[in-house]
Amino acid sequence: MSFRVIADTDICQGHQLCQGEAPTVFGFDKEADVVVVLDETPDESLRTEVSAAVTYCPAFALSMEEIADE
Amino acid sequence: MTLELRLLDIPAVSMVLDDHDATVPEIIRGTGHLPEMRVDPIALFHRVREECGDVGRFRLADKDVVLVTGSEANEAFFRAPDEVLDQAAAYPFMTPIFGKGVVFDASPEERQQMLKNQALRGDMMRGHAQTIEAEIRRMVADWGDEGEIDLLDFFAELTIYTTSSCLIGRPFREQLDGSFAAIYHQLEHGTDAIAYVDPYADIESFRLRDEAREQLVAKVQAIIDARLTRGAVPREDRDLLDVLISIDMDADTITGIFISMMFAGHHTSSGTASWAMIELLRHPDVMADVVRELDELYADGSEVSFQALRSIPVLESALKETLRLHPPLIILMRLVRQDFELLGRTIPAGTLLAASPRVSNRIEGDFPKADAFDPGRYIDPRQEDLQNRWTWIPFGAGKHRCVGNAFAMMQMKAIFSVILRDFEFEAVQPLDSYHDDFSKMVIQLAQPSKVRYRRRSAGRQS
Repeated sequence: MSFRVIADTDICQGHQLCQGEAPTVFGFDKEADVVVVLDETPDESLRTEVSAAVTYCPAFALSMEEIADE
Repeated sequence: MTLELRLLDIPAVSMVLDDHDATVPEIIRGTGHLPEMRVDPIALFHRVREECGDVGRFRLADKDVVLVTGSEANEAFFRAPDEVLDQAAAYPFMTPIFGKGVVFDASPEERQQMLKNQALRGDMMRGHAQTIEAEIRRMVADWGDEGEIDLLDFFAELTIYTTSSCLIGRPFREQLDGSFAAIYHQLEHGTDAIAYVDPYADIESFRLRDEAREQLVAKVQAIIDARLTRGAVPREDRDLLDVLISIDMDADTITGIFISMMFAGHHTSSGTASWAMIELLRHPDVMADVVRELDELYADGSEVSFQALRSIPVLESALKETLRLHPPLIILMRLVRQDFELLGRTIPAGTLLAASPRVSNRIEGDFPKADAFDPGRYIDPRQEDLQNRWTWIPFGAGKHRCVGNAFAMMQMKAIFSVILRDFEFEAVQPLDSYHDDFSKMVIQLAQPSKVRYRRRSAGRQS
């Protein structure tokens, strides 16, 4: 199993909490004031951190999608 | 084509309360569903969905209100840009409370800017958590071993102190007492839907509202005068009030700004804390789980201000479920500025468009046994909040999603961490007697809403 990270930049409010949870997966575009996904398919070992970022995003702008293995 | 004709393909909800009935105040006779909305808005909003489906309409005086529910329609509602769906113009009952020139809400761009510069920034949260913990401890300091509180009085006063201290500054908060909370409550009580006919109508609740606002201005003026007499203080002791005084802003405008800053975080947090307590009393098994979780979490002597910023899963689930069943705002409105396409229909400019957290949060297809209090909904893999991000909407959704929701959740976690570890609570009135007063647009717990507390003795240590 692996997963894909999706950010909805139309509704991101720029709280930047996700960067605290998973700094290698989420960055920030200062110009546009929104999240940037640095790693769309993070290693399985980061699942807990990414999942916390999704749960605690104050704008509900993040989601995870499971990718079935080939 | 007239507005009336263009709305004809949107089904209208039935009338159950005759708007010409003798019991209806004269000023709102013949205003369609307005009289019903002042008595039982929840029944009205649910009926729109039952009779009309995802898109239905009702009438408030000369305005048609199109109420949308369900994921698809809600998403369109929450994603629409501000120039199409205007939030500020949809709440006429707020203008006399804030005062002219103080807006209901900033644009998403301004909100984002405020977030970056101001009090809601993520790195400010640790300080806010400490402030909130200290305020709760002050409130319970004189409680003794047992006694009774009224939930509305208690939480409305506590959240005046927390919001003023965190958003305006500690020096300002130190100049407030319980009387400020009482007057502020009077102001919230002035949000009568009669404002859809005339926000300045000569009626009792608007007179009380205007008196309350004048009293708040006088209090703020007295604080300003004292600060002018005192003279300048070092930079680190200044708060937002000092900043506004330094740019020569008058007391009326400052009061309006403070009212608006505190408004979004006050009755909402106060109501949610009250309902969380009531739901925990109604569900002793959940209460036991929450208390056990808190006892374990704090067994190592860790601080509330530290843990409140971290995951407290059982308590969080209970809070989310409280918010789903009792969203502090039951309807969110926008004025349609440009014709708006929604589910194949055109909503004409000039219409009010609305979404209802109260109705959407209880859609059976999204939330099985929707009326039941079940914190298990938020546990992996159900995650009914994340799975239904356009219908689980106690904080709204999209760009305008409550910018203070992380602050609010932290505050709730801090409050319950303190009071549930030191005290146990029991209802002193029938559990089904606790209910909301829906007669105003700002919903408050109906009084009496009393509970009894008893200091925990052995329980915590053993």
